[in-house]
Amino acid sequence: MSSFRAATRPLIANCWKINSKRSFHLSRVCRENAPPPAEGFMPGLARSKLLKHTHEEALKNPELVDTGVVGGETKKMNLLQGVNDAMCIALATDETAVIFGEDVSFGGVFRCTLGLAEMFGKDRVFNTPLSEQGIVGFGIGMASVGHTAIAEIQFADYIFPAFDQLVNEAAKYRYRSGNEFSIGGLTVRSPSSAVGHGGHYHSQMPEAYFAHTPGLKIVIPRSPIQAKGLLLASIRDPNPVIFFEPKVLYRAAAEQVPTGDYELPLGKAEVLKRGKDVTVVGYGSQIYTLETAIQMAEKNISGLSCELIDLRTILPWDIDTVAKSVDKTGRLVIAHEAPKTAGFGAEIAASVMERCFLRLESPIQRVCGWDTPFPLVFEKFYLPDVTRCFEAIKKAVEY
Amino acid sequence: MDAIPTYRVMDKEGKVLVPEEEPKVTEEFATKIYKDMVTLNTMDLILYEAQRQGRISFYMTNYGEEAFISCGAALDPSDVIFGQYRESGILLYRGFTLDEFMSQCYSNEKDHGKGRQMPVHYGSKKLNFQTISSPLATQIPHASGAAYALKRAGKKNCVMCFFGDGAASEGDFHAALNFAATMQCPVIFFCRNNGFAISTPADEQYKGDGIASRGIGYGIDTIRVDGNDVWAVYNVTKAARQLAVDEHRPVLIEALTYRVGHHSTSDDSSAYRSKKEAETWMRYDNPITRLRKWLHNKGWWNDETETKYRADIRKEILKSFSKAEKLHKPSLTELFNDVYDKPTPNLIAQRKELKEIIQKYPANYPLADFKNGGEDL
Repeated sequence: MSSFRAATRPLIANCWKINSKRSFHLSRVCRENAPPPAEGFMPGLARSKLLKHTHEEALKNPELVDTGVVGGETKKMNLLQGVNDAMCIALATDETAVIFGEDVSFGGVFRCTLGLAEMFGKDRVFNTPLSEQGIVGFGIGMASVGHTAIAEIQFADYIFPAFDQLVNEAAKYRYRSGNEFSIGGLTVRSPSSAVGHGGHYHSQMPEAYFAHTPGLKIVIPRSPIQAKGLLLASIRDPNPVIFFEPKVLYRAAAEQVPTGDYELPLGKAEVLKRGKDVTVVGYGSQIYTLETAIQMAEKNISGLSCELIDLRTILPWDIDTVAKSVDKTGRLVIAHEAPKTAGFGAEIAASVMERCFLRLESPIQRVCGWDTPFPLVFEKFYLPDVTRCFEAIKKAVEY
Repeated sequence: MDAIPTYRVMDKEGKVLVPEEEPKVTEEFATKIYKDMVTLNTMDLILYEAQRQGRISFYMTNYGEEAFISCGAALDPSDVIFGQYRESGILLYRGFTLDEFMSQCYSNEKDHGKGRQMPVHYGSKKLNFQTISSPLATQIPHASGAAYALKRAGKKNCVMCFFGDGAASEGDFHAALNFAATMQCPVIFFCRNNGFAISTPADEQYKGDGIASRGIGYGIDTIRVDGNDVWAVYNVTKAARQLAVDEHRPVLIEALTYRVGHHSTSDDSSAYRSKKEAETWMRYDNPITRLRKWLHNKGWWNDETETKYRADIRKEILKSFSKAEKLHKPSLTELFNDVYDKPTPNLIAQRKELKEIIQKYPANYPLADFKNGGEDL
């Protein structure tokens, strides 16, 4: 495999070109009386301080120091271009790597695979018949003989026909064979989360179902830099990884992204903002809601300082970073879009209670979707929005 | 092996190919089907445009697949239907009103689904049409189960289940056919083979002789039909119903057609097929035109009735459309209802929590859009 990688490395330089050469046909200018784009809007994102708008800001990230991209170029990319770039590099550096799923050949319904079939050939980037269990099972098979399979499930809401393949096969492949076999080459990408008009079946965030499955890794990026580095790490990680991409960020989140080959660590949370009074934990697009809620809280409660943590990897999750923060602040707010009952927030809350019991100064607050299916017309009332996150921070600090 | 032949009654010009196959129908019966096809097409044009203007969030057209309305005509109204999402015509035939269509697409207080699902996810208990859900093929085994229950109840009814060529790749399709065959369920499986699953063309979806060949493999009576031929679709559905109801034999119908429109308003099919291809198809063969020509030949329809009906129905649809647009969204309390038959303690607590947040920060929520301004949460 290493010889494959060395031989194909010059191809990486061409990866970015497919993005710049071809325009993403679905991108539209927002105007009055226009339909919402398929991937929705994310208000407040434009003002976020978490996105790196300059070359210098982008490369200041200490996690990039040893990756070799620090002296290199950056380009403005949105999240879907970051994902596209990561896959382009993955295919250029690994001759066994393939990408497949429903409609990926023409670029995918969200355009994440645009240009890749033309660049790498139809035998490496291809449409499959419409069967999620088939897609994941096929990927497991490729990985079982040492190849790299990057599978796309068109929407996270449609991953459930593949539940058996993921939970009973992918997750247990290594363990059940006494480590003789593994399918670490499998990565399953899937667009997830709310978009403003997705209703029951184009909005769900199913991370908690899979978080209950030892053997899987689950990753959720918040930005283009993160998406590219985490996806490359996921593809190359020797374990099966499910990579949920918050689709509302596909076009809305843009930043300067290193064009080179780099990975960001799995299993590591990132402290996005230091603070001393309350720890606020989230992941994916929820991070921007939390950023705004923190700004509101710090403006409204004098002297308040909040610490914001992006979990990034849901399984295995970085309890050390969270517990260290709560040991300092004594308070914890967790937010996610999925329903509250048995959501991943419950796991975080229980673990932090075990680790930080004597340091806790107020009850841990969970701000989540309600325990209902995802409701189209009530979305604004269902989501853990800025108001509810703000209120939870307030409740935690004023207890 | 030769390909399974395609059953046809009329040619593209509405001329009957085999006189004895022409159904003996009345003028009233035939014009109702035609009028419903035109209504469906007009409604599609208006709602598609409404989505482009940002007035409704999503839409899926039935362009090119209007002939399937005649399935509704071949069934008994008490037969149970499981649709995928492009079967609005059958609901229309059964009596789903324009107001009901518009209310669902507008997610307003009169939507049967209480605004919870995306547009085109219709359903009607009264009309024996089970509510649409977005996941593909999940409804196919439901149809086998429902049919088995109808048989057990001694009903002289069947179930009819619709799905696309893409959905036939899902495991659910195979399970459903095998169950129906082994348990002798009175069910008609109807595959709308329109050539595309979003962007994926049929030749990347399956090999072998179409979806029909799969039915034979499962030991199910199977027929392939010209899906743009209203009377062919009508005849095969009627015959299938008889086999299902009288002999408890499941039937698979593969209807060949072409998806003239985009997959949905989230799709731009020019990214994977030429605009010309779709336009050519529309001109070459259109199920509405075929039936109109047939009606002309019978002397049951003419240019004058055509112009008048199109103008009248357009007016009626627009009236219903603006009525639906003005209605409130459902009561906020519907967010928490119907998860179970009765609200559970967690839901009662969460409803209270939301109520308190809204009372504290009313300006942060679009309360005025909802019935009773959110007061009855």
